[in-house]
Amino acid sequence: MIDRISSGFHPFVLPFLAGMIFVLGYCLYGIIKILVQLPAEDRKRFFISLVTPKTFLKNIRDIFCDCLLHVKLWKRNRLLGYMHSSIAFGWFMLIVLGHIEVILFLPHRIHLFYYPIFFNFFVAETDSTIQGSLLFFLMDFFLLIILSGIALAMIKRVRSRLFGMRRTARPSLLNQIGLYALWAIFPLRLLAESFTAHISGGSFLTEPANWVFRQFLGNNLNMLPTWWAYSISLGVFMFVLPFSRYMHIPAEMMLIPLRNAGIKIRNARKGFARVEVWSCPNCGVCIDACPMSVDKANIKDCTVYLTRQIRRGNERRIEEISDKCLLCGKCEAVCQVGVEGPALRIMTRAERKYALPQDYSSIPVESLTEAAKGSKVLYYGGCMSQLVPSIGRSMESIFRKAGVDYKWMDRDGGICCGRPMFLSGRIKEAEEIVRKNESVILGSGAGTLVVSCPICYKMFKEKYTLPGIRIVHYINYIEELIDAGRLQVTRSDLCYVYHDPCELGRGAGMYEEPRRLIGRIAGIAEAPKNRSESICCGGSLGSLTLSFAKREKMTRNALDNLYAAKADALVTACPLCQTTFSRYADRPVRDIAEIVDMQTVGTITKTDSI
Amino acid sequence: MTDFGFKLSKSSAIELDKVDTSLYERLCQAEPGARICMNCGSCGATCTAGPYSGMSLRKVILGLQRGQDVRSMLSGCMLCGKCSMVCPRGINTRHLILTLCRIYD
Repeated sequence: MIDRISSGFHPFVLPFLAGMIFVLGYCLYGIIKILVQLPAEDRKRFFISLVTPKTFLKNIRDIFCDCLLHVKLWKRNRLLGYMHSSIAFGWFMLIVLGHIEVILFLPHRIHLFYYPIFFNFFVAETDSTIQGSLLFFLMDFFLLIILSGIALAMIKRVRSRLFGMRRTARPSLLNQIGLYALWAIFPLRLLAESFTAHISGGSFLTEPANWVFRQFLGNNLNMLPTWWAYSISLGVFMFVLPFSRYMHIPAEMMLIPLRNAGIKIRNARKGFARVEVWSCPNCGVCIDACPMSVDKANIKDCTVYLTRQIRRGNERRIEEISDKCLLCGKCEAVCQVGVEGPALRIMTRAERKYALPQDYSSIPVESLTEAAKGSKVLYYGGCMSQLVPSIGRSMESIFRKAGVDYKWMDRDGGICCGRPMFLSGRIKEAEEIVRKNESVILGSGAGTLVVSCPICYKMFKEKYTLPGIRIVHYINYIEELIDAGRLQVTRSDLCYVYHDPCELGRGAGMYEEPRRLIGRIAGIAEAPKNRSESICCGGSLGSLTLSFAKREKMTRNALDNLYAAKADALVTACPLCQTTFSRYADRPVRDIAEIVDMQTVGTITKTDSI
Repeated sequence: MTDFGFKLSKSSAIELDKVDTSLYERLCQAEPGARICMNCGSCGATCTAGPYSGMSLRKVILGLQRGQDVRSMLSGCMLCGKCSMVCPRGINTRHLILTLCRIYD
């Protein structure tokens, strides 16, 4: 293999070269900007994680699996997985193989970084380089893989339903330019390499194409225009990249190490949040997932549009989108990249200024602590449970049957757990409420805190510091009572369908325990969308602006999903879900505590605590 | 003063022509739900903050209509959302309270 052009340069590489320099410059600017915006301790933590061998290896593995092979997407949808990984991994391999070619055959050209990309233009095949045939074969092979991926992408644009997506995000103008440039790159590369294949050599794709072209175009006049076109399409793509969804390609490589370093969003616009916003590939998976998008409503309020508006800096829309969301977390659960839609919204809300400060000094912590003293087990029902008295009654009955010595901390009114305040973005106020509850619980002398509301449970688990106190959800607690033989279970022949509350399932990762408990006392059926894809009941406290009337559609949609299981009754573990469903449900909606209470008898008469 | 064993309390009459209801009007613009409140008091009956700060959304709205100071009540709210669950008129009470906290002067 020899140099065909002695200077090693041709003007057609300029569009690519300019695009490449622009992209690299922009990425460098982006990295510096993000590092500057990160709080000092996060920055330190990030740098330490980069030199820690364990996180370093995890970063490499995650980047390889997520960015190139799209393993998570494969698990979810094979067709989409193939489409994305064929383009990403195929392109990566073309770049790697191009570099290997240059290193092997023309090592003196390695400093020219357009050489690996346009290798076939600059070389002429001599008889002696037969070793190149394997590389040429691989080049053609990966080009074919990419072309198949591009073909799938074109089909998806016309009929997304074939790929299991009902709705996709509407591409903005720059996204469209980027998309068409990307589609053009690889067919043009095939054409360009085909036109030069009789000089540079080729393989199973380019050589036959070259032969065909030569049959009716017996000259080399088409060579330069196609190489120019190939270079221009690369250049256009790279100039558009920073301002389009394709920014996710470099950004995800930054997102993964930051996430592995344990960094969280602290500001809705800056630092880590900015990387997440850049990493959103605008695929629109969150649109189908969003419970608000039922009946084609509120589509423009999904996370994909939030990231777009944050990039555009459209403050009015950012506020609207942030305030409307139910914060059910489903978009985050289905997102392949891991964009934290709810956290972005909470942090947007946190930036709001309130003229009237909250003041909780009137809460009588001492008298509440006195009232909570005296037992090893403290039961916290939460505000919502007070509106669903059957939950509290059932819990009392279960405690009595099992002979547990307990105190109901908020039977006659207590303090809110602080989560609603936190969700509305008033984080300092929420912390003030948390401190009040902490001092009551710590002062009560209890060793176990049983919580029945998943909203509170998540808050207690994540934001409370209660040394020496076990925080346990009542589902786990009841299971322990049954396992310890303190409750005896009888089976009923009813069949229940379990609704995963957002805060318990996606929020606290409890999917199996409730099903196991229900399975012990009755039949259980599954709804089509369950576990991490369960549909929010629509009653969520997360949304600030959704009106009562608009929520009805969402509730009915969630109910339809549960009805599909054909169960006798619905069962859930959240007082808010239960109240919301009860409004419109055509069959009974129960809480797990209620059905457990109906199906158990106590075995111990002596009062005692575990 | 001689102690008669009883006293006359100050008049609590409100002259509606003179009170300043601009805050209520601004609230209604930002959250029209405030207008459909029928003062049933369900919100106040269920309020978590009620026992500690006297919070009752019914009283807050009534107070605004009369131009009274409702800050001490409002500042005790923990946004738990029980009022929105029981409101027979379906008012988005949490948004109403947050809006009010935002525009209060």
